[in-house]
Amino acid sequence: MIVAEGLEKRFGTTHALRGLDLDVAEGTILGLLGPNGAGKTTAVRILTTLLRPDAGRAEVAGLDVLKHPSEVRRKIGVAGQNATLDEVLTGRENLEMIGRLFRLPAADARSRANGLLGRFSLEEIADRITKTYSGGERRRLDLAGALVAEPPVLFLDEPTTGLDPRGRLSMWDLIGDLAKGGTTVLMTTQYLEEADLLADDIAVIDHGKLIARGTALELKQQTGGERLEILVTNGDQMAAAAAALAALSGEKPYVDEAARHVSVPVSSHGGMLTRAVRELDAAGVEVDDIGFRRPTLDEVFLALTGKPAGEETSAPEELAS
Amino acid sequence: MTLRWWIADSLEMVKRNLRHIRRTPELLIDVTLQPIMFVILFRFVFGGAIPIEGTTYVNYLMAGIFVQTIAFAGMYTGVLLANDLKNGMIDRFRSLPMLQSSVLTGRTLTDLLRAMLAVTVMTIVGFLVGFRPEGGISGALLAVGVMLTFGFALSWFGVAMGALVRTPEALQGLMFMTVFPLTFASSAFVPTNTMPSWLQFFAERQPLTLVTNTVRSLMLDGSGGPDAIAALIWSVGLLLAFFPLGLWAYRRRTSQ
Repeated sequence: MIVAEGLEKRFGTTHALRGLDLDVAEGTILGLLGPNGAGKTTAVRILTTLLRPDAGRAEVAGLDVLKHPSEVRRKIGVAGQNATLDEVLTGRENLEMIGRLFRLPAADARSRANGLLGRFSLEEIADRITKTYSGGERRRLDLAGALVAEPPVLFLDEPTTGLDPRGRLSMWDLIGDLAKGGTTVLMTTQYLEEADLLADDIAVIDHGKLIARGTALELKQQTGGERLEILVTNGDQMAAAAAALAALSGEKPYVDEAARHVSVPVSSHGGMLTRAVRELDAAGVEVDDIGFRRPTLDEVFLALTGKPAGEETSAPEELAS
Repeated sequence: MTLRWWIADSLEMVKRNLRHIRRTPELLIDVTLQPIMFVILFRFVFGGAIPIEGTTYVNYLMAGIFVQTIAFAGMYTGVLLANDLKNGMIDRFRSLPMLQSSVLTGRTLTDLLRAMLAVTVMTIVGFLVGFRPEGGISGALLAVGVMLTFGFALSWFGVAMGALVRTPEALQGLMFMTVFPLTFASSAFVPTNTMPSWLQFFAERQPLTLVTNTVRSLMLDGSGGPDAIAALIWSVGLLLAFFPLGLWAYRRRTSQ
């Protein structure tokens, strides 16, 4: 449903996309994962006809985005971090206006708006101007706006960035339901957890290029699965702690000097904690905290690229959008 | 088919703009309170001191106030467009299968409605302070037609500026820097014959004077006067130049 081949885009001296390839099968969710400045927003803007690439081609729903932009716009819904609503109109008016601009008859635009307001629990505030909405309410209305024309393809640009945990959970529910209904979704995110939970497939991009592709499980195996992390009491003992953990797991430890964290990938839990405590004690390292947790995006990047996320990135995403 | 959608989309945009006006009535200050203030100030402050040959000062003044208000309102189109460009709304419109130019036609048509409101308000206030035109109904209607055409053309100039200038604030500054000198170095408030010859040379040939003279002549005696052709050429010429330029500037700005 979505295909991109060799997308290139420069903004002045910033090379936002360097030959990005993507494909999303019909009815699946692709999570486009990457740090700020990786080129996620630029890719979405090209695929949604808002921006012309310098090179490469892209197709959405079988239509070339450069040759048939208005036909593409009929097939897509767009929502994202820059929730684009008319602040002076009410929620209902926003949805009806979008419906009308999708060329729906007035009665249909009205009934679709009503249906979506109900489905997204926005009925109570439907007739208030959107300037008064909370962050979560705006995102929900923004997503509803993307669905007015019941498009077969949806683009969600960081749909939960900046939301509180409750808002994030309700957004996740809504997106999950959409995919069950057969909509093809491309969503960008900075959170591995989010991609893990919602996406059928994950594409990791960095510096405008695809660096890994696979299911959440495949990526995690590539990045070493679960990790053992310790909080070192004394900053002087970081090196000793790293050496002890490296010996324990046989993998390269990830050291965060500022936070005094050291972590290593571990393959099994069995007896690992007690062994770790014993080894650290033997090395004379004092520890404030110890436990298992999932890899963070930073660690995925470290595993995939050999360097932390976002390093050498010349411009933040805002400049590239 | 395309024409039908163009009209439908443009009207949807007009509907949106009118909702904005209803919820933010301050958006109408420039076409209501401001011209009323100008009429009253000029009528009573300068009215006694400026003798006009053949008529009263208020009869002379009204055409000038009309044209000045319409010119400001037309340029203000650009400020409102620049505001839309600043927040993300234009991106939403661009991801919809609507005709993109309807954002601009919707904007300029709304400002045509604002201009009509301005004309109505000023006519009433004018009559209250002694404005007595003798050009008859047909003269008055033609005068309104000339003003609105000029205002519509300036709206497209405003659109082009709104798309070219970075921020609404910068455009507002630029607007005052151009419209104020143009309205004062014209026949809007005083006859040009007392100006020094270099200024007179400019004032008598610039479009605001030509349009003002034509509107004044139509309102006061029903005839177009000597500047009617030039006024129409300027109005239509500005429209023909800035309609495509406005569309081009908007496309260029939004595809970056």
